[in-house]
Order: sequence, then structure tokens, then C-alpha cells
Amino acid sequence: MRHTILATALTLAVSSTATAATPVLSVYTYDSFVADWGPGPQIEAMFEATCACDLQFTGAGDGAALLARLRLEGARSTADVILGLDTNLTYAAAETALFVPHGQDTAALTLPIAWQDDLFLPFDWGYFAFVHDTSLLAVPTSFPDLAESDVRIVIQDPRSSTPGLGLLMWVEAAHGDAATDIWAGLADNIVTVTPGWSEAYGLFLEGEADMVLSYTTSPAYHLIAEGDPTKAAAPFKEGHYMQIETAGMLANSDQPELARDFLAFMLTKSVQSVLPTTNWMYPAALPETALPEGFETLITPGKVLLFDAETAAARRDPALNIWLNALSR
Amino acid sequence: MAERAQPITALHVAGGAVAGLVALIMLGPLLAVALAGEGAGGVRPSDWAAIRFTVLQALLSALISTALAIPVARALARRSFAGRHVLITLMGAPFLLPVIVAVFGLLVVFGRSGWVSHGLGLVGLPPLDIYGVHGVVLAHVFFNLPLAVRLFLHGWQEIPGERMRLATALGFGLGDMRRHFEWPMLRRTAPGTVLVIFLICTTSFAVALILGGGPYATTVELAIYQAFRFDFDLSRAAQLGAIQVAICALATLAAGALVIRVPLGQGLDRPPVPWQAAQGPLTRASDAAALTATVLFLLLPLLALVGKGLPALWGLPESVWWAALRSLTLALCSTSLALAMALPMAALMARWPWPGLELTGMLSIAISPLVLGTGAFLILRPVANPVALALPITAVVNALMSLPFLLRILAPAYDQAERTQGRLADALGLRGAARLCHVILPRLSRQLGFGAGVAAALSMGDLGVIALFSSPAQGTLPLEMYRLMGSYRTDDAGGAALLLLVLSLVVFRVFDRGGARHAVA
Repeated sequence: MRHTILATALTLAVSSTATAATPVLSVYTYDSFVADWGPGPQIEAMFEATCACDLQFTGAGDGAALLARLRLEGARSTADVILGLDTNLTYAAAETALFVPHGQDTAALTLPIAWQDDLFLPFDWGYFAFVHDTSLLAVPTSFPDLAESDVRIVIQDPRSSTPGLGLLMWVEAAHGDAATDIWAGLADNIVTVTPGWSEAYGLFLEGEADMVLSYTTSPAYHLIAEGDPTKAAAPFKEGHYMQIETAGMLANSDQPELARDFLAFMLTKSVQSVLPTTNWMYPAALPETALPEGFETLITPGKVLLFDAETAAARRDPALNIWLNALSR
Repeated sequence: MAERAQPITALHVAGGAVAGLVALIMLGPLLAVALAGEGAGGVRPSDWAAIRFTVLQALLSALISTALAIPVARALARRSFAGRHVLITLMGAPFLLPVIVAVFGLLVVFGRSGWVSHGLGLVGLPPLDIYGVHGVVLAHVFFNLPLAVRLFLHGWQEIPGERMRLATALGFGLGDMRRHFEWPMLRRTAPGTVLVIFLICTTSFAVALILGGGPYATTVELAIYQAFRFDFDLSRAAQLGAIQVAICALATLAAGALVIRVPLGQGLDRPPVPWQAAQGPLTRASDAAALTATVLFLLLPLLALVGKGLPALWGLPESVWWAALRSLTLALCSTSLALAMALPMAALMARWPWPGLELTGMLSIAISPLVLGTGAFLILRPVANPVALALPITAVVNALMSLPFLLRILAPAYDQAERTQGRLADALGLRGAARLCHVILPRLSRQLGFGAGVAAALSMGDLGVIALFSSPAQGTLPLEMYRLMGSYRTDDAGGAALLLLVLSLVVFRVFDRGGARHAVA
């Protein structure tokens, strides 16, 4: 038995070094990015067609798990590029001092906000939103409205999920000092709090809740991939908090040229036009008119909310305490 | 067996070596994580709340699962009916399922829009609210009742057929049966059963969170998640991991103190006889009721999973089928490894009932998978690429994860075999391999088959450490299912869950029946 394992291990080790002649670009990203139906395989094929290199994706849970993984590896990490840290994580990521400036021209970005960060390069983004079935009557139009209603929602735990943390930030950005009251009011609307996005969205689809915390782009999946127009995102008057997913290159990369090429490649039209219908997010550098058919049906928030990376990092712990205190009763 | 000076053999030495290795593999990562951190702070008030909730829900789940299992196992032990074997296999399914799959199965039946709520709505009652401590306990009972039933069923089957014949001849009533057979058997089996379920529930994460209803239901495992992902405080993660191990140690010692090793008497391995005392209409009716209720509780959610998964099964992406093949191979590897570790350890435990051995065997369910995976990563990283080793590491970890169950299944039977046949074997001078092959293994065949089945199915269904470091081409079936769930593909995920359910049941059944067919009794 142990021999089998050793043999397997050796085979794997040999097969991963056999291609050492071609340069290898190692990209760490979150798990759903590299799934067969995610953007990973298409991006890999397209990049390898031009780079004379071997692009190797490694999946590591979600954005937060990705950052934890990088911190564990530290300066010895063999990764060249980290793909998928959002703006709630980039401050902590920058503090590791493992990243170098991306060196890309950000003029082509089509984000609804101006982009300042020269370490992390956005590649896609979305607005957090509560998604519901169109049969839901009296859809809440704000957090106070939701808190007063008897609409049942399912959310994610900010301690184990990036959208869960996004919701904390959304309430902070929209209501600041009143966040405590908002959460106290929401407590009786919350059916349950799940470890991650998948479980929450699954519960919603099972009919366990009227609304689920997800993205304004979620209805596009149902419409485009399933031909199902019955899902919608509820526009909130306070505005919607953004999640911007970024790519960054590591200082210790042994392929800095390739890494930089890859970052530039992430903003090309070919990659950007793959993202909407594989990652189901808005591309970061594609004009609105180039979005796939169906995206025009999505809501556009009246107001865009986003903390800069430093503010997000500073408000995270107090916001978590408010959340815990309000919901632990 | 202190009173019988059985010589120490190579098998016992191997058992000691395995136990030492297991302790090292389990505690090494914990130490590695602790050393990578920057010194631990004290235990926070919120940690005490997490510990309280963890112990409370685990204790409730363990006691309720065990209490409910006793009448069900007894009914199965003293009745024979068509389809009994298939029923026993199917009833084991919830224990073998990945947590998230089972939770969704439960929700189709007991959720707010589930079948029960729907029925209540028809008569004008409000829907069932499954979210809260009761929901967590309900799910844990759903998972662990099957395990408890099987452990007790083995207990009943270990009562020698000769004794039952004698009891029949003497006209034993139900009360006599209880006093002379069932009570001693339960005193031997029940503490260990409560313990093993308690330990499984202490590391509960997803169930406690999804069904717990909110941060009130924070377990120690969730606190570890927070320490890792939210605070990146490795010392704190290791400290919480050590708290889990301490809870495990205390529980193991407590259960050890409650076990009374009453010999069940010796027999000549004749087949069991039907219980004369249990043929009254009242007993028949109560057995039927216990079985029907359990079957409905355990099988309705499975039926829901079948209903949801079947339409998507044929259209599953190709990667899912490859993942299934990978998972099957992985399951076979980790099962062989688990058996190779468990048998020597069981031999040593029969020879030398030291609580530390039991504890070592239990460690792998008490240790946080997140701490284990991260620690293994830290240890391996300087010498090898953990991503390239993801599948072998998963095989080893899965084997270790099933070790506690294998020991719980094998150790009492090993002990019983030594007690009943040991003296004869000694007199015949049977030692080493001959003793193992002619005396012990034939008596352990049922348990070996069942244990191998459990190990294989658990390995199939466990998400395991592969989630922590995997490359796209290495996904196992549970991981692939999570990936489907994580990208809106709920229907395909349902199909993958059904495939997983079917494959787990098939491997379990093959091993379990294989073992029972070779059983001498």
C-alpha cells in the first residue's frame, strides 16, 4: 500500500518536473475559477496559445483561503500571480510585502469608480445584492425596509465567507453608526447563516428563504444559462457595495515577464468577454455595449458604495463585533 | 488481557508502532501550526461560549442517537424479514454521505418548504422551523443513528448462539433476556458508541452553522476557521485545536471509565436462533414501530436526494465522471491502509487495554481538519510540493479519519475472540500468523467487512484535505460537487450528489456483504 502511494507521489513529482523546459507560470486562484465550466480552462488555452509557456492554475478555496495560503507560504511561495483577492482583502495582502506593482495601464478599466491601487489590478467586479424570485411580493427597497418586513433571508458568515464579509461592509458603508440598529432589525429576518455562498444560494433555490445575499449579476446566470427569467436582484436605495476582484504579481516570481504579460492578458478583450458568462461577474475592462445579451436586464444601483482597502481593513473587526452581538441573542 | 499472559507478538509491536505513528501524524501538524504562530493569547470569553455550545450539541446528539438506536438495533437483531439486509445497508447511508448533501436531503423533508411543512400547511399549521440547536441535533442524529444501530447490532450478534438456545430452553422472558444478555452487552458497547458520536459532533462545522441559525451556534471548529481566515492568527488556531483535543481526551477517559468488560460467554460459533421470548404480539408491534419510524426518518431524505439528482445524472460534465473514478481509487487505497493500521492496533488494544491507545485511535476525529491540513502543508512544504502530493495525502488522511470507526468496530470483537478462543489457541500453541489466520480473522470477518465498507465509503464522501490544496485536475467527487454548487450549477451538483450516494453505498455493500458471507457465525 505504502509503495503504491510512494509510486503515485513519485510519478506526480516526475510529471510535474518533466516539462521544465517550457517556462511555467503558476497562478493561484479560488476554486470555482478553475472548474471545467469556470473561466480558468478557456483562459489557460488562450494564454498558452501565445506565451510559449505552461500556465498552471492552483485552486485554493475562496479569496480569503487564497490569502491565508499565500501567508502560509510567505516568501517561499512558488506562485507567480494571485488571482481573486477582493478589495476587502487587498490591504492585508499588501501588508505581507509579497507583491510588486502590476505596472499596467489602468486607463482601459471600465469600473464605475476610479482605480488607484498600483499593486492590485482589477479583472472583474460585481455589486452585492439580495436575489429573490420574481414571485416575491413587496420586495424590500432598503435595509430598514427589509428589517421591518417579514421577508426571510439567508446570508453567509463573514468569518468564513467573502460575500458574508461584503455584506458587513455594505451595511457599514450604507448606515455607518446605525449599523447596530440595522443588524438588530434584520435578526428576525435571517433564516440562517451559512459557511459559504454555495450553501446559502442552495438554500434559497430550495425555497428555504425569500432572498439570498448574492450579486446583481446572479439573475443573468439563470436567464442566460437556464433560460429562466424568474430571478431578480432587489435594488436598495442606499446603494450597493462593490466587490472588485483583483490580480497581483509576487515579488519572488521567477517568471516576472510572463507574470506581467499574464496581468496584461487578463484585461484583453478575449479574456474580458469570457468572464461575464463563466464567472458571472462584470468584466473590469469591457464597454457596457460589449456585454453578452441578457446583462442589459440587470439592475444598475443608483449609488455605488465601496471602502478603499485601508478603510475596509480598519472597519472589519468593529463591524464583525457589531454583527456578532446583534445576532448572538 | 492482563489476566492471561498472552505473549507479545510482532503484531502487537506493529500495533504500538502504528499508534505512535498516528499520534505523530495527528499532533505533528498541530505543533507545526502552533510554532508558525506568534505566541498564543488567553482563551477569550467567546471561546468559552463556543466550547459550551460545541459540547452541549455534541452531547445531546450522542445521547439521543444512542438512545434511539437501541430499540432499532434490537428489533433488527431479533426479527428476520425479507429485504432485511438491504434495509440495513440503506439505513447506513446517511452516515456515509458528505455533510452538505445530507443537510440538503434533510431540508427537502424537514425544511421550511419541505414535505413535512407542506403537510402541516394543508391542515393550516405553520411551517416547521428546523434552524436552531434542535435542527443541529436532528441532523447529527440523522448522520449518526445509522452508526449507532450498526454498532449495537454487532453487539447483539456477538451474544453466542448457544446461550440463546439455553435461554430458550429455560424459557427466558424479555426481562431475563435484558438482565442476562442485553444489559451486559450494552454496558460494553454503549459508552464507546456515545463517545464516538460525541467526538464526530465536536468537530461539526457546516451542520452547526447551516442549521444552527446564526452566530449563536458557533462551534470551536468555526472559531478555528475565523482564526485562520479572518485573523490569520495561527497560534490561536493551534490553541483552539488543542482545546478540541483536550475535549476528546476527557471524553475518551470518561467513556473508558464507564465501560465494563463483562464477558458475553463463550460459544462454538453456531448460528443465532430466533428469540422465543420476543414472539408476543406486543413485542412484534413495538419492533415494527421502531423500524418503520427509523426507516421513514432515514430514508425519506435519501429519496429526496434521488428525486433531485436523477434528472441530472446522465448529463453530468465529463470531469465529474473522472472525479468519481479518482475517488473510487482513492477509497480503495485508503481502505487498505486503514485496515493495515487498525488490525495491529486492535490486537494491541485487546492485549493491553490502556486508555491512551483508545485515545490515539480517536484523535483523528477530534482534530480539526483545517488544523491537520494546514499543519501537514507547513511540514511538507520545505521538502515537497503539497499540491503534487494532494491525492496521496488525501488517501492517508482519509485512512486516518476512518481509523476511529475501524477500531470501535474491530477492537471489541478482537477482544471477544481472544477471550473466548484465546485459551484454546494458547493450548494448541497457535501464535503469530497462524493464530491470526485460524483463530482471530474468521471471527472478525463480519467486522472487517463492515469496517472496510465504512472506511471506503467515508473516504468516498469526505471532502477531506484535498480542498485545501488541489489543482484542477485532481478533484475528487465531493470536491467536484462543491465546485458545481459554487458556480450556480445546483442541478448538476444534485446529480453528482446522487452519484456519490450510489457509489458510496455500492462500495460499502460490497465490503460489508463480503465480510458477512465469510463470517463463521
